[in-house]
Amino acid sequence: MPPQLKAKIGLPKFRIEKRPPPPLLTRVKWYVLSVVISLIIGAILILSAGVNPAIAYYHLFSGALGGKLALTETLWRFTPLLLTGTAVAVAFTCKFWNIGAEGQMLAGATLAAYFGVTFVGLPSWVLIPLVTVAGFLAGAAWAAIPAILRAKFGADDVVTTLLGNWIMLYFVGALVEGPWRDPYSLWPESPAIASAARFPTLIPGYRIHIGLIIAVLISLLFLLIMRRSIWGYQLKAVGANPRAAGFAGINVGRVLITAAILSGGIAGIAGVNELCGTHFHLKGIAMGAVGELSWGYGYAGVFIAMLGGLHPLGVMLAAFFMAIMINGSQAMYRATGVYSPFWRVMQGVIMICLLIGIFMINYRVRRVRE
Amino acid sequence: MGLGETVKEMPIVVMKGITKRFPGVVANDNIDLEIRKGEIHALLGENGAGKTTLMNILYGLYTPDAGEIYVRGKRVTIRSPRDAVDLKIGMIHQHFVLVPPFTVTQNIILGMKFPRGILNLEEAEKKVAEISQKYGIKVDPHAQIWQLSVGEQQRVEILKALFRGAEILILDEPTAVLTPQETKELFKTLRSLAKAGCAIIFISHKLDEVMEISDRVTVLRNGKVVATKKTSATNKRELAKLMVGREVVFRLRKARAKIGRPALQVEDLHALSDRGLPALKGVSFSVHEGEILGIAGVSGNGQRELAEVIAGVRKATSGKVLIFGQDVTNRSPKEIIDLGVGRIPEDRLQMGLITDLTVAENLVSEVHEKFSDKFFFLPAGIFLDHAQINNYAEKLISEYKIVTPSRDALTKTLSGGNLQKLILARVLAQNPKILIASQPTRGLDVGATEYIRRKLLEQKKKGAAILLISEDLGEILMLSDRIAVIYEGKIMGILPAAKAKIEELGLMMAGTPLSKIRGGRK
Repeated sequence: MPPQLKAKIGLPKFRIEKRPPPPLLTRVKWYVLSVVISLIIGAILILSAGVNPAIAYYHLFSGALGGKLALTETLWRFTPLLLTGTAVAVAFTCKFWNIGAEGQMLAGATLAAYFGVTFVGLPSWVLIPLVTVAGFLAGAAWAAIPAILRAKFGADDVVTTLLGNWIMLYFVGALVEGPWRDPYSLWPESPAIASAARFPTLIPGYRIHIGLIIAVLISLLFLLIMRRSIWGYQLKAVGANPRAAGFAGINVGRVLITAAILSGGIAGIAGVNELCGTHFHLKGIAMGAVGELSWGYGYAGVFIAMLGGLHPLGVMLAAFFMAIMINGSQAMYRATGVYSPFWRVMQGVIMICLLIGIFMINYRVRRVRE
Repeated sequence: MGLGETVKEMPIVVMKGITKRFPGVVANDNIDLEIRKGEIHALLGENGAGKTTLMNILYGLYTPDAGEIYVRGKRVTIRSPRDAVDLKIGMIHQHFVLVPPFTVTQNIILGMKFPRGILNLEEAEKKVAEISQKYGIKVDPHAQIWQLSVGEQQRVEILKALFRGAEILILDEPTAVLTPQETKELFKTLRSLAKAGCAIIFISHKLDEVMEISDRVTVLRNGKVVATKKTSATNKRELAKLMVGREVVFRLRKARAKIGRPALQVEDLHALSDRGLPALKGVSFSVHEGEILGIAGVSGNGQRELAEVIAGVRKATSGKVLIFGQDVTNRSPKEIIDLGVGRIPEDRLQMGLITDLTVAENLVSEVHEKFSDKFFFLPAGIFLDHAQINNYAEKLISEYKIVTPSRDALTKTLSGGNLQKLILARVLAQNPKILIASQPTRGLDVGATEYIRRKLLEQKKKGAAILLISEDLGEILMLSDRIAVIYEGKIMGILPAAKAKIEELGLMMAGTPLSKIRGGRK
């Protein structure tokens, strides 16, 4: 007998029934449909701003993809998004609800900044791996705390990781306003890191840098781990059913903590990427306003991981889509005047449509005939 | 069926041509059913035959895709349980829906409307007492639900239906949770209800019960009605054949095996339940090689905790678990598995299987680390060898006749019997020296049950020590060499199966130690 559902929800003429898991293609269809419907809703919003949606979307997409500059800028934006998206996907796969990629990014950037500023004399080939590893470790450590709290005491990881973001944000703010403040800068920020610590650009004159390669390699490594490794199998098993995984002899606590370490570490590298690839100064809260080391990439990571269905390749697509939305929104603003945080609105709209889409994958709505 | 008979006993419920499709299955295929006033009508069929679906349609939980329902001669559309209650139909589900801290009366009136919105608890209590008196259903209306035994809780559910004026009563596998004595009590109640004019629909897959309690029986197979018979005009063998579609062997011959050294010993074991209350209070026993020790008892008396402590997923607070003399108390599940202990958990879906993973992935869940090979320059122990896993899975799927579209199908798409076969395959493939089988056939159909039991006996013959924990007393008697009865976390006594009497076991299941029963007789 198929899974039955006693749920008979509200609407008089319809009935919601659980259905067996549909094939991959159907799932992809619902994901794509969610995005398309979101874009239609976005069009209505643009229309309400008095702009022709077709023109606005033209500027959005051509501003993100049309031409070498636009494309490299989108890839430059894509890099941290791919990293945080992957970071969150790793954690979510075993149902460690890491909402703290933002804080882990900052943690990574902070330790990387310490090394980057301190070891001025080292050559690039030593310093870049050094700051990257430092960023990984700091992010990992910051994520390990909530994971241990959950594994040992059952503390809610959503709360602890989320609150960790604020602790880290204000900690960095205090650092760059206080002991680490660059005395010559107008802004509360650390001194610049050594030029040897900066990520070399890939194409002279454009902003994309080796962070892109690091991010793609990490994403592919994630794919390999999920496809082939023992640990990937355990991660999936713990995520699907921790009780059964534990019963089968898998050490659930250990898988959880390693997942958190990996997730936080990748987020930490996203922080390093921002520090060494873009900003070169550690930035923080300035007089109550949030400094722009991260554009909320850590939170966007949650969105990207979900939109990508936690699948490494899906995450890659989702991160790229998000990069288009962010950069394209700015081009759209310049051309049509639709305010550029449009992408933040779209992030919310897509999330809601996506949740409905995921629901439609798992349930079917049937017309009840008399 | 004679014409005179039909006229005399006007059917109170008629279901005509009921069809209900679920994605991929026709759960009910053009079903006709007639229920008469004052009869106990058994709905017999294997799991997945469509019994519960049909009754969920009658109770308004599902809407049929086709077909008509007549109640008391009038065509009706039942859209919700509320409609069903208005038609005086009541349903008692397998899992009770009661609020534990509320009293019996409070539970019975829950969700009912009162004139002018004023709750008159005293009057309700009086009415509850009246009904329970009338039908001889013994329940204290002031008692709180958590204080009641499972049998008593079931009576509350029945009262609840009667209080709402039910004349047509549907019971979904009501005896699954009862002791033999409680079952007897239930049957008495059902007979008196039928006598008073109620129509009772009794869903079951247990032939003995159907033979004992029903007036007529309708057999379902694969969503279709195979036959409707007068119970007095049929027998167990015929019903079994109708139900399964082939001859069934009832008695498995207990294989003789050489009893060896003690394999699993449990000494004065204590453990807590999920709620932190003592669930095991000093359990001791031993199981030898080539022996099946059956643990009988009503569910919730510490069986789950016992199995979980031995399996390594629950901590013992004191006492010892020994495997071939080695103290393994509170070791991790992995260590227990590696010592050659196979574990079949009672909760297949939550504990036994990871249903969102594929069949192959579940078949190797306990041993996946062994399927590792070198990967480029990396040593074994990091990556899985999928080719090897797939071969292994294919082998087990065919050896244990697991019905699945493929080894890569998601496990949750399998039927109950095949889920259990999957667990069995995973466990037996390791050639366990000790086997802990908890409720191994619960909820399975006749065919799968027979298969699982054969496999257990086979394993015993090979010299495995088997701890069989089951609520099905028939199963315990059929398979065990010795029987221990557990009650409230204590062993009431252990006796050889050959010398066990059902009455004695029943008394022990209700909390009388063996020493007292035997002592009292002398």
